[in-house]
Parts: sequence; C-alpha cells; structure tokens
Amino acid sequence: MRALFLLLIAGYASGAAAALALGSGALSRWASALGAIVGASAGLALAAGVCIRGAAFSLDAPGFFGPVGGMAFTLDPLGAVFLALTSLVAAPSALYGAGYARLWEGRPALRQVGFMLNVFLLTMSLVPLAGGTLTFLLVWEGMSLSSYFLVMTESDEPEVVSAGQWYLAMTQIGLACLLGSFLLLQSGGPGGFSALRAAALTLPPGTRDAVFALALIGFGSKAGLIPLHVWLPRAHPAAPSHVSALMSGAMIKMGIYGLLRVSLDLLGGGPAWWGGLVLALGAVSALLGVLYALMEHDLKSLLAYHSVENIGLITMGVGAGLLFGSLQMPAAATLALVAALYHTINHAVFKGLLFLGAGAVLHATGMRDMNRLGGLIRGMPWTAALFLVGSAAISGLPPLNGFVSEWLLFQSLLPGIGAPSPLVAVLMVLSLGMLALTAGLCAACFVKAFGITFLAIPRSPEAAAAHEASWSMRAGMVVLAVACLALSIGAFEIVPRLSSFVAPLVGVAGPAPAFSVVLALQTPGGFARMSPSLVAAGLALVVLTAWLAVKAFASRRPVRVGETWGCGRVVQTPRMEYTATAFAEPLRRIFAAVYRPSEDVSVDFHPDSRYFVQSISYHSAIVPWFERYLYAPVISRIRSWSERVLALQSGSAHAYLTYLVLALVLLLGWLVVTGQP
Amino acid sequence: MSPWLLGPVQAALALLLAPGLVGAIRWMKARLQNRSGAPPWQPYLELRKLFAKEVVVSNNASWLFRAAPFIVFGSTVAVTLLVPLLAVPLPFEGAGDLLVVVYLLLLGTFFLALAGLDPGSPFGGMGASREMTVAALAEPTMALAIFALAWSAGSTNLGHIAARMLATPTEGLAPGHVLAFAAIFVVTLAETGRLPVDNPATHLELTMIHEAMVLEYSGRYLALIEWAAALKLLVFFTLLGNLFAPWGIAAALTPGALLWAVLTLALKLLALGGVVALVETHIAKLRLFRVPELLSASFILALLAVTASFLLR
Amino acid sequence: MGLLSKILRTGIVTEPLGTGDSEVVHLVREVDAEARRLFGRALGIREVDAGSCNGCEIEITGLMSPVYDSERFGFHFVASPRHADLLLVTGPVTRNMEVPLRKTYDATPDPKLVVAVGDCARTCGVFAGSYAVAGSVDSVIPVDVFVDGCPPEPTHILRGILTALQSGRA
Repeated sequence: MRALFLLLIAGYASGAAAALALGSGALSRWASALGAIVGASAGLALAAGVCIRGAAFSLDAPGFFGPVGGMAFTLDPLGAVFLALTSLVAAPSALYGAGYARLWEGRPALRQVGFMLNVFLLTMSLVPLAGGTLTFLLVWEGMSLSSYFLVMTESDEPEVVSAGQWYLAMTQIGLACLLGSFLLLQSGGPGGFSALRAAALTLPPGTRDAVFALALIGFGSKAGLIPLHVWLPRAHPAAPSHVSALMSGAMIKMGIYGLLRVSLDLLGGGPAWWGGLVLALGAVSALLGVLYALMEHDLKSLLAYHSVENIGLITMGVGAGLLFGSLQMPAAATLALVAALYHTINHAVFKGLLFLGAGAVLHATGMRDMNRLGGLIRGMPWTAALFLVGSAAISGLPPLNGFVSEWLLFQSLLPGIGAPSPLVAVLMVLSLGMLALTAGLCAACFVKAFGITFLAIPRSPEAAAAHEASWSMRAGMVVLAVACLALSIGAFEIVPRLSSFVAPLVGVAGPAPAFSVVLALQTPGGFARMSPSLVAAGLALVVLTAWLAVKAFASRRPVRVGETWGCGRVVQTPRMEYTATAFAEPLRRIFAAVYRPSEDVSVDFHPDSRYFVQSISYHSAIVPWFERYLYAPVISRIRSWSERVLALQSGSAHAYLTYLVLALVLLLGWLVVTGQP
Repeated sequence: MSPWLLGPVQAALALLLAPGLVGAIRWMKARLQNRSGAPPWQPYLELRKLFAKEVVVSNNASWLFRAAPFIVFGSTVAVTLLVPLLAVPLPFEGAGDLLVVVYLLLLGTFFLALAGLDPGSPFGGMGASREMTVAALAEPTMALAIFALAWSAGSTNLGHIAARMLATPTEGLAPGHVLAFAAIFVVTLAETGRLPVDNPATHLELTMIHEAMVLEYSGRYLALIEWAAALKLLVFFTLLGNLFAPWGIAAALTPGALLWAVLTLALKLLALGGVVALVETHIAKLRLFRVPELLSASFILALLAVTASFLLR
Repeated sequence: MGLLSKILRTGIVTEPLGTGDSEVVHLVREVDAEARRLFGRALGIREVDAGSCNGCEIEITGLMSPVYDSERFGFHFVASPRHADLLLVTGPVTRNMEVPLRKTYDATPDPKLVVAVGDCARTCGVFAGSYAVAGSVDSVIPVDVFVDGCPPEPTHILRGILTALQSGRA
C-alpha cells in the first residue's frame, strides 16, 4: 500500500518533470501522459486495495511542514471511492491529452499543460488522502491553483482571461470559508481528522452549525451548487478539453467529498435543517442547471451546466442522507448516500466521456457552436458513437449507468414520505417531482446536443471537413464508454460495497443487511428490485430477434436512397434544418418565467423599396439572474470600497512613512495596555 | 405452464392485440362520426402491406436512422415483458419495476427523436423538439403517480401493486387511487399522441408531434414504428387497467385462468379505448403552448393523489 | 351531452357506392398483380395538387366525408409520400409544380400507383396552351388511371381508384 502511494506521487511527479524537461514535442506529450497514467493506475490500485480490504491506509509525514503540524495521509473507504473515480477519469483523459496536445506542438503551452496537468492530478488525488486539516488545505489550494493555470492556457483570448478571474475569485472565497470552518472545528482541540472527530462531540451546537454552514459554502462553491456555480460555465469551456473532463468529472466531486467528510464524518451528522437545506439546494441546482443547459448552444457550456445539474442530483442524495440520518432512519439514510456516491462515480465517467467527445469535435472543426456544426457522424463515426453512449448515459436511459443511479435516487426519496414530520414529506414529494422533471429535460437537452451536432447536414464548411480524432483520443473515450456499461452491469457488486462503506458513517453497524448480492438491487425493506444486467440482456435479445424476424419476413427489395422529403422543394440547404436554438424554443417559451427571454429582430430593407428584404437578424438573450442580481451588486460594492481604499495609495513616501510610524505606535500602545512582555 | 414461458407469451399477446386496439379505437371514432369506417382489423392489413413495400432512405441519413426503428420497437416489446398483462407474479419480477418501464419508454422516445433529426428535414426537427418537450413535462406527473401507487402498495414493483389491489379491493376507490388514475390517463393521452395533445390522423405537418418524426420512414421501418406506437398505447392501457382494476388477472398459470385473464384484458382495453374515442370526438386539439397547462393540471392531480395517500394511510 | 345525442340521432349516413359512369374512368395500363394483391385491402393515398383550381380538391375532401367514406375500402390519406401507395394528382401540371410532382413520385416507395383526377390532369382542360402550364400529368410521371370530369364526382374518383386496384368491389 505504501509502495502504491509512493508510486502515485512518483508517477505524477515524473510526468510533471518530463513535461518541463523534454521540450515541446511528441516526446514531452507522451512522457507527461505516461507519467499521469502511471500515477492514476497506482491511485486506482491503492483505492481498490482499501475498498476490497475495507481497512484504511495511513501515512504520517511530520517532516513536511513540520513547524506547522506536519502532513498526514489517511485513506478510508469513503476517500477511496473518490480517489478511484479520480483515477478512473485521469488515465483516459491523460491518454486522450497525449493526442490532443498536438494542438500546441512547438509552443510553450504544451510544456505548461503537461506540467500543470500532472500537478493538478497529484494534488487532486491527495485530497481524499488528506488526514489532517493542514494537509487538506494545502492540497486543496494546490488543486485550485494548478487548475487555474490550466484554465488560463489559451490566455490570449479575453473570455478565457475573464473565466480565469471568476474561477480564481470563487476558489479563493471558497478557501476562505474552508479556513474559517476548519479553524472553528479546531477550536475543540487541534490534530488530525481522527482527533477532530472525537473533539467535535464537545463543540457547542452554534459552533457546529457555523462549521457546517461555512463548509457548505466552501465546498458548495467548488462543487458548483447554485448560487455559487457561476464559475463553472465560464471555466469549463475555457479550459482544454481533457482538463474540462477532469474538472467536471473529478474536481467538482471533491466538493462533495469535503461536504461528506465534514458534515457526516467529522461532525457526525446534525439537526434536520442541515439535510433539508442541502436537499433543497440540490433540487434547485438540478432544475436550474438543466434549464440553463437547454438554452446553451455552445457544446461545452451546455456540458458545464449539466455538471451543475448532476451535482445538484448528487447533493440531493447527500441531503436526503443527512436528513434521514437526523430523523433516525438509518436504512433510508444509507440508501440515499449510496445513491449519491454511485451517481458521483457514474457522472465522473460519463461526463468525462462527453467532454472528451466535445474536445474531439473542437479539435476537428475548431468550433463549439452547435448551430455551425452538424453531419459529423459521417466524418467522425467513432466520436459520434461514443458521444451517443455518453448522451444516453447522462439522460438516464437503460441499460447504462446513469439510469441505475437515477433509479437509486428515486428509490431513496420514496421512504421520505414516511417521515414523522409533514414538512419533510412535502419536501420529499417536491424533490421527487423536480428530480423527474430534471431527468426528462436532460434527455431533451441531449437529443438536441447529439442531434444538432452530429446528425443531418453540416451547417458550415468546417463541419463538412471534419476528420476523425486520433487513436489516443479515441482510446481514452472508448475506455470511459466501456466503463459506463460495466458500472451498470456490475451494479450488483458495486452498490452493496458502497453501502458497506457508508453504513458506519450513518451509525448502522456493519454492512447494511438489506442488500442482496444476487443479480438484482434490493432496497431496504424489500421496496423495489431491479436488475440492470437483465434489462440489458433483455433489450439486446429483443432487438436482435426483431432484426432477424424482419430480415426473414419483410420484403426483399433493396433499400433505395433518395432525397429527404421536403414537400417537393427544389434544393435542400443546411439553412433549412432545425438549429439548436429552434429545438429549445418550445421550452424557452414554457419556462419564460425563469428565463425572461428578450428578442430583438432587425430587418434590413433594400434601399430602393420596402417590399424587398435584404437580411433579417434575430438576437435573443436570457436574463442571467445570478450574475445580474447577486454577483454584479456585490462586485460593484467591492469595487467602490476598493476605490476608496485606493486613496491611501498616494504614492508619496512621506505618507507611507507616516503609516509605518502610526502602525508602530498603535502596536506598542496595545502591548503596553495588555501588559505583554 | 412454466412461469418463464409467460414472458414471451405476454409479449406475443401484446404484439397481437396492439394493432387491433388501434383499429378498434379508429372504428369507434368512425362510428361516432356517423360513418362506417374501416373494419377494426384494418391496422393488421396495413402492417402486412408495409412489410412488403420498398424502403426509401434519405441520402442525409446515417446508420442511426436505420437502427432507430429496431431500438424503438425493441424497447417497447421489452416493456411488455415487465407489465402485468396476464398474471401475477410476473416472470421477470426482479428485472424491472414501474420506473424501469417509464425509462424504457423514454429510451424509445429518445431514439425516435434522434431519427427525426437525422435526415435534416425541418419537420423531423420540429417533431423531435415537440416530442421531447411533451415527454419531459409528462415525467413529473408519472413519477408522482408512481409514488402514490407505490406508497400504498409498499413497492414500486408492478406485481406487488397489482397483487395489493387484488387483496384489498376497496382501496381501489380511495381518493388517492382515483386521482392517480386521472393523472396517468392524461399522461397516456400525452405520451401516445392522442387528442387533445396530438392528433394521430392529422395531415398538417405544423400540427404534428409524433407523426412529424416518422415522415421520412417507409416500408418495414415504418411498420415497426407504427407497431411500437400501438404497443405503447396498449402498455399504458394495461397499466391503467391492470394496476387500478386488476380483477381478472390470473393468480395461477392454468389455461382456464389465463383465458379469463385474456378476456378481461380485452374488455378493459376496449373500455378504455371507448373512453379515448369519446374524448377525441368531443375535444379539439390544444395549441402546443397550452399543452403545458394540461400537463401541469395532471401534475396537480398527481400531487393531490400523493397527499391523499399520505393523509389517509 | 348535446353532441352525443346528435350523433346517436343521426346514425350512420354512409351510402353504398354507386356504379358511376364507366366512360369517365380510363385505365391506361394494366396494374401488376402483386401490387393489386398488396393494396387490395389497405391503401395509402397522397394527394398532390399540381396547379389545380381546387375544384377537384373539394370533391376529394368529399371522399373523406361520412357520405362517401373512402376509409371503408381500406383507403387512408397520408401526409408524406413515403407512407403512400397511390398518388392522387389533380391539375394541369404548372411549370412551378412540375419538379415537385416528379420529386413526390420519386419519394414514393415501390410499388406505387398514380390516379390522375379531372379533365386538367389528362388534357390540361381550360388551361391548355397557357404559358404557365408544362403539360398533362402523364408527361411528367407515369399514370395508371385517368378520371374525367370538371370536377369529377366523388363516386367516379372512388371508382377510378378501385379500377386501379382492379378489385371490382362495390
């Protein structure tokens, strides 16, 4: 185990060093990717070891940062889940990145990305391994900063710079909240997580609430919960595609990890309002995330908003788990937390796949705007098929993994109606409705995303000239697609194991008794059973039978290829197809109260006659509620304060000397007054 | 009869009855329009003809266009293996519950919408967009109605729900159940493309939802999609009939009980078909942007159903 | 329930199909036996207006009415030529509709039939020689049956379709 841990660090470190040392060519690309793959494999093996053995791994390194307390590393099964999913997304993304980085061939960006990627992966892998607050904060900040540099790779574009600014600001705000939370937590007594766990029992309820609230803000901003999500749709499209895959697939999950660690593990659960608040925030995030995703026609922004949606779904599970735990319903709590954890893993895999696919599209055409793409299924058949697998998975369609975790989430909310408090029952019912609506809207959004991007006729010459992605990019995507199916069929093994990790956190002794190990998922109390593998096998069998029967009994005439039926119009141009904006228009009208869309149509007439129209331009926008009404006032307030404080920076040496003297006088005075030696 | 044989028998029966159900509804509507109309077995003749016709495929279409009819058909047939058509306990009890049924139908809708977008026709895109909108808005109602049923039965498993209703017949008249029935009835009209949401007999492309997606299909592909649509209607009617009024379902797999089950199923299908025919004769199609109002109303019904189940438990 | 009582009071109003005037229906070519067998009981009809004055269209909509009720023969009107077995063409083919008519014919899967309805479809009627007319229907697509009349009665149109099917059903 210790060897695997050292290999993890060594793999990423060597990848980083190789990126810096080996120039800006193919060797550097491959060496850094190889280092990352080695590190990721070691991480996966370490996590698997802890999961299978069920025993934690610990390593203390008091030599590092000794005067401030030293670093400590612990990997328990909960952390192992997050380390596993990080590694699971890291290896294919690194493989993909080796081919993708050809974009920066000969430029310093190639070295920078290779180096920062490995640093990012290393610090991110160490987050679930952190065993004390100092270690945690160090690797957390390392993760944030390295991802900031990765986001800023293409910093010659203004929107990338703006995205980086938003991202940096949000991560630092999050860090400040986390610092506050951990400081309060340590007021019961300093030490590693195990000491804090014991000390937390002695903390007064007000402090516990404050710790929870600050942790929720800090980790929630990393996860991308509403209203702290604004950095996500800016940073993810700006970053290189494999980095977006990692950020969306693994990094935002660290927010969930932190929330689980602090609220469930360290604090040991709390009053019902904790779970209720988290559940409500999750439900709102899920619904708003998918509603904003529907209006996006930039492929990567769409995927970023879907990450907000899925984090919302995961948070609903976490919230339900916390809520049931506080209401003394441990079996229901276990189920909810298992659903959340399983969805975390599944989302990492299929979101990673989708971002890698979007990256392949960007690599081939240079565009992310769906309204200029189309017909890519002909030039990029592999990418199209793999993106289809990802789309079906995220839409929750059987028999893939997204469906299994959404089924689990539904089942976990059902016991809520039996809760003692009617308020909880109402909250559960509303959450259930929002969950269902989110799932339906997500399917609609991915019909749009896949259909407009890959199907029909290319809408621009770049789309028509698209070529398939390189073999390493394809290989990365194939690994994730296979994982989607494997996670679904293997659910009967994975889910009970997850429940055995979660059970001790909720206070249930040993592995939860209701889960059976047969080819089915059984929920506590025998409430429902489902078998993803049987569904998959059944579907395959039925489709095959239908195909054979039709082949045998239907007409032998060959298939004729003709024009698309267009009511006899003379030519068909790409202008006549449906666009992404058109596809989402009914939903824009239906949810107009949320979007407050504005439309602007301007018509150019021929100079000689108003009867001839030369061009019509249509511009439509939706109101960005959070940016306009929450962030903009705060930012302008901070700016006005900063400008007032700026008056102190007069540039005059005399003024600065005066400040120094004043500060000294005040400090000496304070020392005299308090009687310090 | 072995319980494992029941599955394929159910699927075969559903495949056999579905076109007849659609034909019966058309016949009833014709009679309500004061004309003789085609005989109720007309859809069988149409399917036979379609399988023998040539297939014309658009030059813009990809492999997805040709694969989609099989996926749509396959997912709907898979659903027939999971619903309580003839007997409880179901043969594939552990494979899927009511949520799996809803999501398998969503799988079919997903691929049909993609197939509508594939040829690059604006009608197909419009149909796909509208179909996904209606499907998304019908989901919350379905989830809450399932919740209401599952709560009183103690499980989302279809066999359990039907068995529970058989055991306590008076629960059938509980307000929770009546409201859930009404909610699922509205969802049935929306999901199967019936008035007032979508007119199955329209020729005006701008009023189409389901039809617009299949305008490019011909020959055997069209036959599969039409058959799948008929199966979807049969599945929804079976859920309405056999979950809310399961009397007639066989408890043992004896020939007598199964025959009785088939007869009662046919009666329930015809009764529900008659209600749909009456509704379609009296109501005009709703404007597309009024459909969310209808679906919101059904959502409120489902919410009331859950509340009623909760309060009267 | 005013509507329901009215429906019940009116009863079925479909009339049996008359024999019509055999002079009006012209069978141009012998329809192949396989097509006849296939379409004998279920036929999808796509109506194409190739520039007509809409007089024939009004008679064709009469076909769907309760009195003539084409559906009882197994005919149903379809929106897309991909779903169609028979094209019901009206009008002298105008220049603008020549290409769309040909495209409609090409879009229809085999086997297919064409019934051209009205005097304009066979001889261009009163529009013969106009600058806007390209020619009769059989100069654009192969026709199986012509039904004369300006406009022909629904009975004759039905007889024309049945002649194309050579089914001789009453």
